[in-house]
Amino acid sequence: MKPPRFRYYAPHSLEEALAVLAEMADEAKPLAGGQSLIPMLNMRLARPSLLIDLNGLHELSGIELDNGALVVRAMTRHRAVERSPLVAEHTPLLAEAIRWVGHLPIRTRGTVGGSVAHADPAAELPGVLMALDGTVQLTSRRGQRLVPAEDFFIDLLTTAAEPDELVTEVRFPSLPSRTGTAWLEVARRHGDYALVGVGAVVSLAEDFTTVTEARLSFIGVGGRPVRARLAEAALRGQPVAAETWRAAAATVRGEIDPAGDIHASAEYRRYVAGVLAERALALAAERAREGARQ
Amino acid sequence: MTAVGTERRVIRVVVNGVPYEREVEARLLLSDFLRHELGLTGTHVGCEHGVCGACTVLFDGEPVRSCLFLAVQADGHAIETVEGLAPSESELHPLQLAFWEKHGLQCGYCTPGMLMVLKAFLAEHPNPTEEEIREAISGNLCRCTGYQNIVEAALSAAQLMRQS
Repeated sequence: MKPPRFRYYAPHSLEEALAVLAEMADEAKPLAGGQSLIPMLNMRLARPSLLIDLNGLHELSGIELDNGALVVRAMTRHRAVERSPLVAEHTPLLAEAIRWVGHLPIRTRGTVGGSVAHADPAAELPGVLMALDGTVQLTSRRGQRLVPAEDFFIDLLTTAAEPDELVTEVRFPSLPSRTGTAWLEVARRHGDYALVGVGAVVSLAEDFTTVTEARLSFIGVGGRPVRARLAEAALRGQPVAAETWRAAAATVRGEIDPAGDIHASAEYRRYVAGVLAERALALAAERAREGARQ
Repeated sequence: MTAVGTERRVIRVVVNGVPYEREVEARLLLSDFLRHELGLTGTHVGCEHGVCGACTVLFDGEPVRSCLFLAVQADGHAIETVEGLAPSESELHPLQLAFWEKHGLQCGYCTPGMLMVLKAFLAEHPNPTEEEIREAISGNLCRCTGYQNIVEAALSAAQLMRQS
């Protein structure tokens, strides 16, 4: 349980990091918070010959608003997101979900960019990004591009990032008024990987009795975060009522296709996904009303 | 471009207030650096993949898993281990005192990690609920106590620290 031998390089600027990555893309691994990469090294599941440590790059850290969108730079720690009043105010779904990421000493070290780049299908941040139709900024020496979350997450631990590209920031767009969000999750212990988690976004009409738009983004039920598009489409125009959420839960159970593993069977995950969807939709709708009252 | 980076590096760290300078392999984990290079064996190593929490130390005051941390990454930073908790040879830290009085340990393997994560947690939450304590230690496994006495010890330590 010790890492294999590797060379270690701590660049002083993003430019330096990108230059080395461009040259050594096949054998190098960028090191962010290390909360997934170092266990993989310890277990010898990864054997890069070079680690490029991004932890000294302060230019990659920070949270700000840009044209109404919340921008979180890649090396921002989970703890910084958890403590940020800006996140709580502008992207409450992220603030709610971040508390479910790992345990305290994991969040101290883990980074937003690292979690997104690692793309664990049970991780919270990719699920939040999918729920909010966020984007991932990828930077390489060749240039910069913005990839929508939908196109970024491809499969288990697989993303649209090329080997010479770094995730440099993620963007969470602002939500329309009369919109509420909720993050719910079932895990064996608080902080363990989710068996199933869901982010719900519900927008209401001016009279607060009708759903104008709803989104459901699940983690733990596939190789990547999964949007329940059929349930979302069926929710549009429906009344704000317990029966609406219950019907959505049934649609969710029909459209997702989770796998079973040692932690939970496929049937259990499918059932729980429905329960969580029902609760999260009700909570998000309630928050949409409360938010408007304030 | 050839041979970017190095397999060994010289690092300077301050551990429990004492400065050290060592040349280490880049792949050396902080947990092994503390134990094998500095002889600070109070930091325990359980799973070595970030699950058990026994190796938790404070990095610039914040709790981290020292088994998920390269020693070279600690260059220029301050580390605090369980050896740095007690104010002197004859006195215990309030957390240590509370763990003793409330029987917060049996075999003691998880104890250093519990103490370090709780030190950071109580600094931020001086008056925690039982629920908050359970969440704070959720990343630290104990196979003896059933956690009950650890939670009681943490509550008791919080009270002791508020009074002092």
